[in-house]
Amino acid sequence: MLRYTLSRLLTFLPTFFGVTLISFAFIRVLPGDPIIVMAGERGMTDERYQEMVVKLGFDKPVLQQYWEYLTGVLQGDLGESFVTKKPVWDEFFALFPATMELAACAMVFAILLGLPAGVIAAVNRGKFFDRALMSSALIGYSMPIFWWALLLIIVFSGNLGWTPVSGRIDLLYYFDDVTGFMLIDSILSGQEGAFKSAVRHLILPTIVLGTIPLAVIARQTRSAMLEVLGEDYIRTAKAKGMTPTRINGLHALRNALIPVVTVIGLSVGTLLAGAILTETIFSWPGIGKWMVDSIFRRDYPVVQGGLLMIAVIVMIVNLSVDMLYGVINPKIRKR
Amino acid sequence: MKARFLMAAGALALSTSTAFASTLVYCSEGSPEGFDPALFTAGTTFDASSHPIYNRLLEFETGTTNVVPGLAESVEASDDGLVYTFKLREGVKFHSNDTFTPSRDFNADDVIFSFERQRLEDHPYNKVSGGTWEYFSGMSMPDLIDSIEKVDDYTVKFTLTRPEAPFVANMAMDFASIMSAEYGEAMLAAGTPEAMNTAPIGTGPFSFVAYQKDAVIRYQAHDAYWKDKAEIDNLIFAITPDASVRYQKLKAGECHVMPYPNPADIAAMQDDSSITMMEQEGLNVGYLAYNTTMAPFDNPKVRRALNMAIDKQSIIDVVFQGSGEIAKNPIPPTMWGYNEAVQDDNYDPEAAKAMLEAEGVTDLSMKIWAMPVQRPYNPNARRMAELIQADYAKVGVTVEIVSYEWGEYLSRSKDLNRDGAVLLGWTGDNGDPDNFMAVLLGCDGREASNRAQWCHQPFEDLIQKAKIVTDAGERTALYEQAQEVFKEQAPWATIAHSVVYMPMSTKVKGFKVHPLGGHIFYGVSVE
Repeated sequence: MLRYTLSRLLTFLPTFFGVTLISFAFIRVLPGDPIIVMAGERGMTDERYQEMVVKLGFDKPVLQQYWEYLTGVLQGDLGESFVTKKPVWDEFFALFPATMELAACAMVFAILLGLPAGVIAAVNRGKFFDRALMSSALIGYSMPIFWWALLLIIVFSGNLGWTPVSGRIDLLYYFDDVTGFMLIDSILSGQEGAFKSAVRHLILPTIVLGTIPLAVIARQTRSAMLEVLGEDYIRTAKAKGMTPTRINGLHALRNALIPVVTVIGLSVGTLLAGAILTETIFSWPGIGKWMVDSIFRRDYPVVQGGLLMIAVIVMIVNLSVDMLYGVINPKIRKR
Repeated sequence: MKARFLMAAGALALSTSTAFASTLVYCSEGSPEGFDPALFTAGTTFDASSHPIYNRLLEFETGTTNVVPGLAESVEASDDGLVYTFKLREGVKFHSNDTFTPSRDFNADDVIFSFERQRLEDHPYNKVSGGTWEYFSGMSMPDLIDSIEKVDDYTVKFTLTRPEAPFVANMAMDFASIMSAEYGEAMLAAGTPEAMNTAPIGTGPFSFVAYQKDAVIRYQAHDAYWKDKAEIDNLIFAITPDASVRYQKLKAGECHVMPYPNPADIAAMQDDSSITMMEQEGLNVGYLAYNTTMAPFDNPKVRRALNMAIDKQSIIDVVFQGSGEIAKNPIPPTMWGYNEAVQDDNYDPEAAKAMLEAEGVTDLSMKIWAMPVQRPYNPNARRMAELIQADYAKVGVTVEIVSYEWGEYLSRSKDLNRDGAVLLGWTGDNGDPDNFMAVLLGCDGREASNRAQWCHQPFEDLIQKAKIVTDAGERTALYEQAQEVFKEQAPWATIAHSVVYMPMSTKVKGFKVHPLGGHIFYGVSVE
């Protein structure tokens, strides 16, 4: 297992350096000078422009800029935002718990509903339930996030008043961040009703962000289950007189899980991408909106640092998925 | 401080989640860049910093562009217009927070500190928080201020390098907010000078309590405010970037006031009995600037003919969806000096065509530049360009619409040899006509903010004179004349001023739409 882990870790390094290079180059090839964008319609004098060029280090050769960025990254320094003048590292970690909390809830929601839906659809292949589930999954997968979010807000928050419109907790609760995770901090605060308020605020964004992964997981589980259900060992199990629940739940599902786990791992990237729109609509203070704003403002350090951090997270998740394969199927870790 | 706020918040939480006794929740449109207004240029930042937390020596009276005394009780200009002496108010208290309690009241040292940190490169705060002091530089203050002297604890003298009447209005701008020198020293000694930007201390009506990035900003009323204490005890900014969501929050009672509604929602808001809709023309202008150095646009008659070909009412209806009004002058009607008597060029395609033919302009092909971004003065430049393209086609002018990335657009549109007419606009900084006329149409602005590349000596003489004289009546007369010259010469087609809509709960009383664009909650109460 250790060798397996180390071999996976080794693939981490070139990807990491590749991401630093791509994120550094990506924002620079986009048209638009950050200094001119910052100045807006007001503009600035040529002297002032030159001062800013020097101040932001753009007068140095690009390779030197990259080298300084890379050495900074290796020392844990992602630079300072051009806009807020604060360290990117601090901004990222102030916002990331909110994104992680939402993404985790969305993922749990998607798995809890997607896996059983996929299994039930596979077992009832071709029947009404299968068709209804798979059609719903297709609709869920195709639905534009912003439209889905506004629809839910208008119906459940606006018309029915069941859920709050946006935010992470009712504004009347106020406590300092301890972990940055509102569900945990609201319990730690000891304020009556705070946890309930945090949960209520999570419902709609979780549904919106979790809808696409839910659809993908349900469809993937169904097709993987159908493949496994045709295998000889399932027939053997049936012949031995095992109950359908035991066959489907123990033998079939476990063997169908590998592609499903892969899809779940890959969905992390989808969740982070989906978080951009979900966070904007639900005023959720996470990294999605932070990144988009920084791209529009050509805030190089934030774009570079944010992309790198997101890439590292996706890499860690995929590494964990690789590890999980070994747990699900011991044959894999021996390869 | 925090404990008291918590108690209040806790008590409110027990009552109901949507009732806010003396708490006002403002669904703001974005996050502030920081809380030191001199470091930044965005209106969103000023809403969260300079308006609630700070005061300035002079201030804009809320709801007008009139400059009134602030932390200075009076200001006196010397006869040559070079020296301004400010008499400061006594007994003004700064806020305090967990790390700082002021030992003295506001005095001249705070004024010196607030400006010298922006002006002097060797000042210990000049480079703190990446200090670029954009507005201070943008308003030419480094060249304009020769020296700042403390005459005594309550008198400060500013000496200028040249007479400049708009200096008084500049002193009411956000970058001129007064910081605590004592707090500055304390934070420098503690090794945390950036706290000036993250944990602000001012003299304003509300003191800063906490900021959760991209989520919530909390303030509480400053008990010892030098004017009457604010009627709202707690002011909360709930950061809500999406306009539709802000509307839903307003309807659900999750906030009391929201800025920048979707134009499509305005009619429904006006029909909603639980919403009060306030409106006012914004301090801005959207225009189409011809390149007046290139033929045939160097001919004022051609420019006027093209102006007559534009159906501005259609633009207001389609692009602004009613939330705009036709502009006839280069300054907005809410600004002093606006010349009501100026006659706009009537929409008359037939006459326009005849005028073009009379000037020998036939089969003209031109480019119109459409901005790639949305601005209050132009919510959809591409659509506006298409409408103008259709209008021009009726008078035989063929238009190609071009656009560039925003930074490129701003940069390329300054070029003296630029091909085509540019859609752009401006939002005022200090309520002074000089801030529009000199910046956008003055000879010095060519190849910079003067996108028409226009330099017309009679106009230039008028605006330069208006810059120097300090008598308000005389300045008004000069700007009125300048607008007549502008209209006759037509370097731009003046298109529109946006109308600012502010929907709010009917429980909110005393709110005034501020022509300078700020959202100000001092003087506001919640029933």
